Amino acid sequence: MLSRLSAGAFKKAASAGPSRSSTLFFGARSASVRFASTKASAESFVASRTALVAASAVAVGSIAWYTQLYGSLPFLSEVHASHLSDEGLHPVAYPWSHKGVLDTFDHASIRRGYQVYREVCAACHSLDRIAWRNLVGVSHTADEARAMAEEVEYTDGPNDQGEMFQRPGKLADYLPGPYPNEEAARASNGGAMPPDLSLIIKARHGGADYLFSLLTGYIDPPAGVEIREGMNYNPYFPGGAISMPRVLFDGLVEYDDGTPATTSQMAKDVTTFLSWAAEPEHDERKKYGIKAVIIFSTLFVISVYVKRFKWGPIKNRKLFYNPPSSTTKTH
Amino acid sequence: MSLANTAYNIFFKRNSVFVGTVFAGAFAFGVAFDIGVTKFYDSWNRGKQWKDIRHKYVQEE
Ligand code: HEC
Repeated sequence: MLSRLSAGAFKKAASAGPSRSSTLFFGARSASVRFASTKASAESFVASRTALVAASAVAVGSIAWYTQLYGSLPFLSEVHASHLSDEGLHPVAYPWSHKGVLDTFDHASIRRGYQVYREVCAACHSLDRIAWRNLVGVSHTADEARAMAEEVEYTDGPNDQGEMFQRPGKLADYLPGPYPNEEAARASNGGAMPPDLSLIIKARHGGADYLFSLLTGYIDPPAGVEIREGMNYNPYFPGGAISMPRVLFDGLVEYDDGTPATTSQMAKDVTTFLSWAAEPEHDERKKYGIKAVIIFSTLFVISVYVKRFKWGPIKNRKLFYNPPSSTTKTH
Repeated sequence: MSLANTAYNIFFKRNSVFVGTVFAGAFAFGVAFDIGVTKFYDSWNRGKQWKDIRHKYVQEE
């Protein structure tokens, strides 16, 4: 505000009279009350050139700082040449079996989801942060996990000849990825990188709801939307054009517990599996949550009681003042 | 009054006994609390956890 005024205007305001300048800068004080120091200090500093320069510098500096930080001028709305679809369709909130604050994962679903990951997604996506041993006691027995690990060959070594060698996997090995490096992954997927799925649920807005919607959301592009060769249309993916084709189709896998493998069933199971992979501590965490809430609310109630107990006598005491009975007034 | 007296004589009179009571009480409470919460948690989530479906997959030798 101050910086918009020219120096001349400012001077005029200052010289218009003491009452003017004092109401401008000390509006709270009534004009009729005059303090000895008011006039002198108002004219000596607030109306000075230094103050004007300093205020202008502060204003310019903060605007420059804002612009540098946020990339646009403050208080000016902008016009964007983008469309809401560039943000991706928002997924609906699904009633996940592990959604409530007291709910564990559905481990039968984790087991089926592992199967979907292994038979479908693992062709393109790695799951670097999960080792075979992590599946033990979650979705598979130790024997099953060991047998699955042994089906995979791992490079180990060096041996005492200094050579690397191949050996069957162990429980301590991590799940193998489909590609040796990122370049190979891109080369096989038209330049797009299939991201590692270990933490994908935490890494995307909408989490599990987004993933489920993405996997089941493939549709034909609406009129007017052009999708490049090798790309696919999915309204949930920001921008709409995704390199990953629709991968889940009814009956693609055969579940060993007899659950019908519909597209949505597989999407739900693999999403539950990946939710677990992103948060293996989930079940234990919620159990500790229950304990913490019980203990801390009990301690809180106790502390309130103790406070009232200690303060009761102090707050309820009555103080009597008995003036000295005297007829002669003394001081 | 005699109950309070008995309690005083048993638990509070000697500091060593008092401290021991606190430690033993904390231990017992910890175990009991854990059992109680786990029981509730398992019944709330009946059929969902690994221990509920494990029997379908283990082969006992
Ligand atoms: C044919 C190979 C292939 C298969 C099979 C595949 N994906 Fe993908 N996926 C990709 C590629 C390529 C991308 C990168 C897409 C992009 O950036 O345009 C991708 C991206 C993703 C993303 C990230 C989307 C985002 O928001 O960035 C998720 C999540 C995903 N895939 C999950 C899965 C799941 C779950 C499965 C198994 C049901 C699966 N994918 C199977 C190739 C595949």
